[in-house]
Amino acid sequence: MTFEQTLLRLEQIAASLDRDDLPLEEALTLFEEGITRLREASAALADADGKVRTLIEQSDGVFEAKE
Amino acid sequence: MSHAGATSAEALSVHALTSAAKDVLEGAFPKLWVRGEVSGYKKYPSGHWYFTLKDADAQIASVVWKGSTGRIREQPEDGLQVRAYGQLTVWPTTGKMQFVVTAMEADGEGLWQKRFDETKARLEKDGLLDAARKRALPRFPRTVAVITSSEAAALRDVIAVIGRRNPGVHVVVIPAAVQGDAAPESLLAALDRLARWVRGTAEWQGTVIPAPEVLIIGRGGGSREDLWAFNHEGVARAIAVCPIPTISAVGHETDVTIADLVADLRAATPSVAAEHAVPVLADVRELVTQLAGMMADGLQDRVEVARRGLDRRADALTRRAQLVVERRRVRIDRVAARLAPQGPRAVERRRARVETLGAMLEARSPLAVFARGFAVARGANGATLSQREAFIPGTPFDLLLRDGRVRATTDSVHADAPHLRTDA
Repeated sequence: MTFEQTLLRLEQIAASLDRDDLPLEEALTLFEEGITRLREASAALADADGKVRTLIEQSDGVFEAKE
Repeated sequence: MSHAGATSAEALSVHALTSAAKDVLEGAFPKLWVRGEVSGYKKYPSGHWYFTLKDADAQIASVVWKGSTGRIREQPEDGLQVRAYGQLTVWPTTGKMQFVVTAMEADGEGLWQKRFDETKARLEKDGLLDAARKRALPRFPRTVAVITSSEAAALRDVIAVIGRRNPGVHVVVIPAAVQGDAAPESLLAALDRLARWVRGTAEWQGTVIPAPEVLIIGRGGGSREDLWAFNHEGVARAIAVCPIPTISAVGHETDVTIADLVADLRAATPSVAAEHAVPVLADVRELVTQLAGMMADGLQDRVEVARRGLDRRADALTRRAQLVVERRRVRIDRVAARLAPQGPRAVERRRARVETLGAMLEARSPLAVFARGFAVARGANGATLSQREAFIPGTPFDLLLRDGRVRATTDSVHADAPHLRTDA
């Protein structure tokens, strides 16, 4: 799951939990998943170490990303 | 002073004359720019372009030799106002004066606009400019691809802006020439490389980085000619089919290219494109915190709703139990009523009778006699002493009264007494 997908899922879960007609059982399951996704998102945010690379293509169609 | 052709004997050949005229004319006029309207344009099978440049009062035959046509972006067309650069000369074969054009540009927007409009119309016809085709940008990309010149300030701007907004985002540069004749092909190659990478068909050596989720393609400011590769139809079509959402950023705010029209988002400059591509890290953190809060609140509400639901069900159960009891009671009453056929009025009559009897009993009670002031004498053995023979002088007996008992002794016994008198 990409960071994008993780956050979109989190938003879905938060919105679902906000619904009045959600059965409790389902709410608990969703909440559990939400906690897992929250951890993933937080871990991704903590990893603030982006790099700038240049994509190089070898003549044989093999890619390399050089920093 | 004598000169060639001064006398009949020295008559020149026609060729010598026109050649001399050519030399004079070319010597007198260096290469220069002329502006006028194109008229009678024709492209010959030889590849040369012939036309007349004219204005209201004059005209001159003009030609673009095949070798020069490649440097001119578009074939001229009749009525187009142009500025042509070339050499004034004489064409010896016809003896006519001729302007040999080696460069040409539309006066004003003319040629460029024409070509731009034609490309745009073709893309429009294929639906590539439809607003419905525009894809939403990812909101939280981890990797951003940038296609631009690796040397340019535009790239430095993009990298700086992304680094400032969100240092966790990877930037992958796919270098390409962004101006000159080789630029369209170079841009196409870069777009193709990106597409193969995203589709996962590329082989990798060394580090594999997450595939990009958004592309920034563009360059910094420049002349219209410098930006022209971004009006290339092939480049525009490649941007349109790019597997990830695209942001175009070509030149300055006022420059609009075909690439801008097909991209999912047009940014005024490369820096602005970077701002659109990547959210500020602090904002993302804030969002995650908010979502956590929303989830916790949501769950708490859900638990509260469930608890209330339980309460409601308990109440309902109690009510139902009460109802059952009530129904049974009614049924029992009905049975009881059947078992007592006289019905409630008979019961009432009986009750009245019992009350009457009670009153009668009460009236006959010995206690009532005491209440009226009478006393009863009782002997030692408990027998009531009701006749004077029962009293033996000197013997003790009890007198029972309304409010107690008197121990007495018989003093004397008499046959006469006031209550027995009948003569009075």
